[in-house]
Parts: sequence; structure tokens; C-alpha cells
Amino acid sequence: MSEGTGKRAMGRKHQADAFAALGDATRLKLVAKLAGGRPHSISRLTRGTRMTRQAVTKHLRVLENAGIVHRVRAGRESLFRLDPQPMIGLKEFLNQVSEQWDQALSRLQSLVEREGESGENRARTGDAWRA
Amino acid sequence: MEDRIEKRIELKAPVARVWRAVTDYRQFGEWFGVKLDGPFAAGQKSTGHITHPGYEHLKWEAVVEKMEAERLFSFTWSHPRSLEKASYSSDYSKDPKTLVEFRLEETAKGTLLTVTESGFDGIPADWRAEAYRRNDGGWTEQMKNIEKYVGGNR
Repeated sequence: MSEGTGKRAMGRKHQADAFAALGDATRLKLVAKLAGGRPHSISRLTRGTRMTRQAVTKHLRVLENAGIVHRVRAGRESLFRLDPQPMIGLKEFLNQVSEQWDQALSRLQSLVEREGESGENRARTGDAWRA
Repeated sequence: MEDRIEKRIELKAPVARVWRAVTDYRQFGEWFGVKLDGPFAAGQKSTGHITHPGYEHLKWEAVVEKMEAERLFSFTWSHPRSLEKASYSSDYSKDPKTLVEFRLEETAKGTLLTVTESGFDGIPADWRAEAYRRNDGGWTEQMKNIEKYVGGNR
């Protein structure tokens, strides 16, 4: 296996972990609560739910292992903060944007390298510019 | 870094030629895939619509920041939240704005063009999480793929 393939496989594994962790309604709710950006304590995350503190702790651990939340210390308490990095939504968006740039720049390259200035002149008088 | 995209491409064409391709609104439109209503001017709004097949429903809205002849062209634009028709909203006012910069440098072969798009970190956290809360086909479909993937690896 080449180095590149290995890297890609690792990336997918990581992604799969994140997806697996998010594939649970309760954990998605916890993520939504943390989505405001402010870290919350376990008590805060348990409040208003029917879950026990232990259940919330368990779910947070799964999210933590997938790198979706991080534990931060605040005195004696542990606070949990959402790490948006593994969030595939944004990643996908960026990948899409990146791909679009690749395609656009390759079209730009064809345009400017197309027989130099004469290509430009032809483009100017071509149908594309009449609209 | 996850919050910016940088592309570098060396073009076998003089800087002056690349500058025109990037800043002439018709030439820009041809390779970017957008029909612009008028020429670019520093500090001015630029409007139009995307012409790329399948994305014609998207508006183009940008503000030109800098036009430093044959060196730097930049604009901020409203990156649509979603390119999919189903969840597309024509109201861009709440969408994140990103900064796009084109830097041109002369090289032995022609021109080195560096394009950066930055400001993705300005996308609010709740916006990012929304991708998950959204209960549409996208997420459901994703989850199916994940299950398949995770299932196949155990």
C-alpha cells in the first residue's frame, strides 16, 4: 500500500468515527446544545433532559473519542466544548469549494494559454461575447 | 488550516494576459461560470448569476475590494449556504462572506497565479451544526453511507 493510500484510509477511518458518533439522536442533541460555541458542564447538559448524568457522560465520552467534543477544566468541573473541525458538513462544503476552484482555474488556464493573444481575440469576437 | 483555500497555478501566459482574464468581467465570467451585469470596479458591488450547468439558480453577489493592476484583484462574496436546489435560499444576507484574492507574479514561464479564499471560520458554529440538524435527504443519505462504511469495517 502506498503512503498516499494509507493516509486516505486513515482519513476515512477518522471520518467514520465522527459519523458513527453522530449517528445517535441523543448525541446529536448534545452537539446541538454545544453548537452555540460555549462550553457546558455535564450538569448543564443533563438539565431539561430525561437522561441521567451517567448516560450523558457516556454519550459525551463517545463524542470525545471521535474528536467532536473536547473536555476543558474549569476549577473542579469538566466542561465540554464542541470542536467543529470533524464536522463533515463544513468539510464537505470546503471540499466542494476547493474542487470548484480547481475546475474554474483549469478553465482559466485553457483560456489564457489558448494560442495566447489570438485566442483572446477570437474569444472576443466569438458567440460567447455576444449575449 | 481548515478555514482557507489556497490554489497556486503557473500559467504559460504573460501577466497582462492573465490580469485581463481575471478582471475583465466577460472573460472572468467565461471561466468562472458567471454572467455578470457589468465591469468590475474597486469598491463597487458586482451582480449577476451563475451560468455553470445545474447551478443556474444561483445569484452572484460580490463587492470588489482591490484592483491593483497586474498584481492583486480581490472581492468578497456571499458564499451560498448550499448549492443544492432543494435547500437553496436566494436571501444571502445571512450567509457567510468570504474574501477571494488573486495574486499575480511574473515567472520565467509566464505567470504564477495564487488564489486564496478565506473567511470560512466566520461561519457561525450553529450554522455548521445545522448541516446535522437538517432533516433532509442529505443527512439521511450520509447516515446510510456511514452505516455501510462502519458496518463493513467491523
